[in-house]
Amino acid sequence: MKEEIIIAGFGGQGVLSMGKILAYSGLMQDKEVSWMPAYGPEQRGGTANVTVILSDERISSPVLNTYDTAILLNQPSIDKFENKIKPGGSLIFDGNGITRFPDRKDIHIYRVDATEYAAVNNIAKMMNMLMLGAVLKIRPIVEIKNVLKGLKKTLPERHHHLIPMNEKALQAGAELIVKL
Amino acid sequence: MRTEQEEIRLMKGNEAIAEAAIRCGCDGYFGYPITPQSEIMETLMDLRPWESTGMVVLQAESETASINMVYGAAGCGKKAMTSSSSPGMSLMQEGLSYIACAELPCVVVNVMRGGPGLGTIQPSQADYYQSVKGGGHGDYKLITLAPASVQEMADFTMLAFELAFKYRNPALILADGIIGQMMEKVVLPPYQARMTEEEIRRKYPWATLGKLRGQKQNIITSLCLLPEEMEAVNLHLQAKYRQVEQNEVRYETLHCDDAEYLIVAFGSTARVCQKAVETAREQGIKVGLLRPITLYPYPSEAIARIAGRGRGVLTVEMSAGQMLDDVRLAVNGAVPVEFFGRLGGIVPAPDEVFEALKTKLIKENV
Repeated sequence: MKEEIIIAGFGGQGVLSMGKILAYSGLMQDKEVSWMPAYGPEQRGGTANVTVILSDERISSPVLNTYDTAILLNQPSIDKFENKIKPGGSLIFDGNGITRFPDRKDIHIYRVDATEYAAVNNIAKMMNMLMLGAVLKIRPIVEIKNVLKGLKKTLPERHHHLIPMNEKALQAGAELIVKL
Repeated sequence: MRTEQEEIRLMKGNEAIAEAAIRCGCDGYFGYPITPQSEIMETLMDLRPWESTGMVVLQAESETASINMVYGAAGCGKKAMTSSSSPGMSLMQEGLSYIACAELPCVVVNVMRGGPGLGTIQPSQADYYQSVKGGGHGDYKLITLAPASVQEMADFTMLAFELAFKYRNPALILADGIIGQMMEKVVLPPYQARMTEEEIRRKYPWATLGKLRGQKQNIITSLCLLPEEMEAVNLHLQAKYRQVEQNEVRYETLHCDDAEYLIVAFGSTARVCQKAVETAREQGIKVGLLRPITLYPYPSEAIARIAGRGRGVLTVEMSAGQMLDDVRLAVNGAVPVEFFGRLGGIVPAPDEVFEALKTKLIKENV
């Protein structure tokens, strides 16, 4: 098993954290993992992105030019990465503020309105967990129990009371998927 | 925390260096922040080792001050280190030349970024010449290790101290922005205690820890005005470097046994090239990869041996072609040596390397 993932959006949407949680979950599931952020000037105001690779074998390049799965949270990210998804791969996007929808015919495209759901339910900070819930329903690369194990390991103890809320967000996110 | 032995963690390369430094019994870190390596000092400050092992962590007023603080601490036989990125490393070159001449052990980490000048904060490998061809003045060498994973960032911190003390010579860990910033699985080594001053006196009789009654005076200096004496110092250093060249060459090979074509690359670029090799192998092209782990001493013999069996070599670097010189010297005209590189902070993509392999090296098959 090997899954090469790009997660991209605006700075502040939780792009890097989502990647970190995904990577940590992979670690909990005995996978080889790599997490490579774009740490340059594009983080300031433009798009933030992170490449996450989960694999059963040793990972070669942490930097890629094509991906199995793209999780795209804004228009610039769709414009930049839609054409870098391998044929047969998956594009999962948040519909908020999107004016030009992805339209490739050789990939699977899913819309997940996590931003809208988070705003309506007053859980804005849970947006990335809603999205992750949807992603893991579409591409079950790690088990939810390992996501929670990862959260427990990465969050300081004073934040552990937030884990059930995250679990709920993962479940709610899985219900938001619309296949295009 | 001190009871944890080997443990698996997910961490950045920079963080791994900080953790490994504490765990290998480092006595002092002296540094000045610069992207993309600032997490080294940040992590050390977070971990507060002065409360657990007694290790000193100090933000100096500049890189020049940092390297001279390392010089002082190293003179006392202490495990001292600093870290920086390219522009900061330029400022440290005078100090490194002094430390090399005074024959003191220390560890220096360079997480390279794009230059020249203040440049960019993105990854680069354009400090190769500076690292292995003598960035400062005089005939000296730094034992130079090039990590290609977060695990190696941790492992090479230990190894660099080991080699630095074995040869009484500065050791450099030459990483780049990718290895510094990326997170991977890493197994951290168990804690080793820092050495006591008595242990240092016993193990390193050259250390200047204060002259005891009946003991001879230790002098540490890089100044030697008489040219005959200075030549003797140089000959001694050269003899030591020959020993290092004989004993410490390290490299890794992948698919080299039946390779018709060889890619040579170090650090994160070697990881990118590994992906290109996988693609080539899927298409039936017999390509191998040699990754120098020590950039000084350089694995020239291995490159000559493997390249000599094949039809050509492609060197890939994030520079205009610096290690290329050493590959050409090693191959010595036996087969063609071509080059592919990206500059100024651009990381080559695996498919670019594969394209370069086809267009520059396997011309007849395109």
